[in-house]
Amino acid sequence: MIDREQVKKVAFLARLELTEEEQEMFTRQLGSILDYIAELQRVETEGVPPTTRAIEVNNVVRPDELVVCENREGILENAPDRAEDFFKVPRIIED
Amino acid sequence: MTSIGQLRSQVASKERSAVEVARQYLERAERLDTEVHAFLRLTPERALAAAEAVDAKIARGEDAGLLAGVPIAVKDNLCMVGIPTTCASKILENYRPPYESTATRRLEERGALIIGKTNLDEFAMGSSTENSAFGPTRNPWDLSRVPGGSSGGSAAAVAACEAVASLGSDTGGSIRQPASFCGVVGLKPTYGLVSRYGLVAFASSLDQIGPFTRSVEDAALVLQAIAGHDPLDSTSLAVNVPDYRQALVSDLKGVKVGFIKEFFAEGLDPDVADAVFEAIEVMRDLGAQIQEVSCPRFARGLSTYYIIATSEASANLARYDGVKYGLRDREADALVPMYGRTREAGFGSEVKRRIMLGTYALSAGYYDAYYLKAQKVRTLIKQDYLDAFAKVDVLVGPTAPTTAFAFGDKVSDPLSMYLSDIYTIPLNLAGVAGASIPCGFDARGLPIGFQIMANALEEGKLLRAAYAYEQATEWHKRAPALAAEALTR
Repeated sequence: MIDREQVKKVAFLARLELTEEEQEMFTRQLGSILDYIAELQRVETEGVPPTTRAIEVNNVVRPDELVVCENREGILENAPDRAEDFFKVPRIIED
Repeated sequence: MTSIGQLRSQVASKERSAVEVARQYLERAERLDTEVHAFLRLTPERALAAAEAVDAKIARGEDAGLLAGVPIAVKDNLCMVGIPTTCASKILENYRPPYESTATRRLEERGALIIGKTNLDEFAMGSSTENSAFGPTRNPWDLSRVPGGSSGGSAAAVAACEAVASLGSDTGGSIRQPASFCGVVGLKPTYGLVSRYGLVAFASSLDQIGPFTRSVEDAALVLQAIAGHDPLDSTSLAVNVPDYRQALVSDLKGVKVGFIKEFFAEGLDPDVADAVFEAIEVMRDLGAQIQEVSCPRFARGLSTYYIIATSEASANLARYDGVKYGLRDREADALVPMYGRTREAGFGSEVKRRIMLGTYALSAGYYDAYYLKAQKVRTLIKQDYLDAFAKVDVLVGPTAPTTAFAFGDKVSDPLSMYLSDIYTIPLNLAGVAGASIPCGFDARGLPIGFQIMANALEEGKLLRAAYAYEQATEWHKRAPALAAEALTR
């Protein structure tokens, strides 16, 4: 159903640096969850449209007007690391 | 036990000041919470400031609002400006929102006193509150048992009379199941009736905010205060909110009630089944016409939910990357390892498990087999509801298959934990309204919940059925021993 290599690949896609123990545990647990939900494959859905939202509300728009962000400093104060008005992150590009 | 109506009139007539009420409940919550741990944080400054504003309005002879002087607890996944909002996760431990949720803003505009933020399963993922990074909440009826989840703190706070009402969120049963386990009223409104602005997103097509209270009338009043269109939430419904108090009628003459056949099957605790059948007989005595209804596709609800909810969660939780707020791994010297280590350190097991499942379901090659398939089955489940509501006004059944279970019972087996939500999940997939109200106690003295469901925007029908049943019974008047002293006030 799902093997250790697939679990490692999915973990990378999800940006989760799992431990060895977690990889083992999730391989087992996701396997049994996927076994359970495989029952859906037996449900006949030919011609059935997908439901993407619980209650249909379409094309909600508002005028595209500039408004002042009221709490700019409140946003920046949450930054784990900042330099003046910027969010600071580790290097992105290799030397 | 003080109701919202009583408290509001006491405060309005200056029998007690709102400041006195706030102090009394803050003191009670602090004292009882050493055992219950319903709260992650009390917010005395915020509550007292709101109380002073209420008292000032009353002194000036102004109307102080629908919830004037009412102490309310709020699940810690609702943002309040400057007050830590953690979602019971280490990844948000130090997060102070720069903005206010519409639900908490509306509560305070109507005079409510927000006394604290309540515990939950991390990011609202769980059915027992054991997934909180800051320790579990204990069930006020039996401290060795879970309060349910994910809104376990909000349910326990109301059951223990630490607050008069509270807000929770319900994605697959996270209001109704803990309401059932804690013996209180829990209401999940129609999707879109209450704005989700400022509710930290778990599964956006399913999440909905709603109240916990000790009576149906109080639930109607809190819903009245928070419901209604909000331009800040594009899924918010542009509808007129009716006066829910007018729905509170004490009989069920002419009301058609359907009980869902499939909910009375294998896995249902016999004490729960007996109590629910007895509740249905009470409804019949009140004039309701009872019929059996079949919703055959509900059996696939759990599988459908665990694909849709985890897929949406994997996308929603991608934002926790250590850049703009929350935890950051300080060791990594490049961006991608920083993401991976921050998320590894910040999320608990259940959250990681769901992110993994959702990422897998959405990944290349699997999308059609899982996510698209689940969306199609969702259509069929919704159709079962619509077919049923063409025949009856409300549907009823048990809220959960069992009463509150012991700590540790289901932690090692995720699927057994998920099965606790088997009767609540189909409702979220359809977006319709549902509530759990007390309908008895099992042999151990643990509360049993009766689930009442109504079509989209038919909260009036739901509240009438719940109110009439409640008025004909005494279950809601009981409180756990540790809260007994509050009943005499």
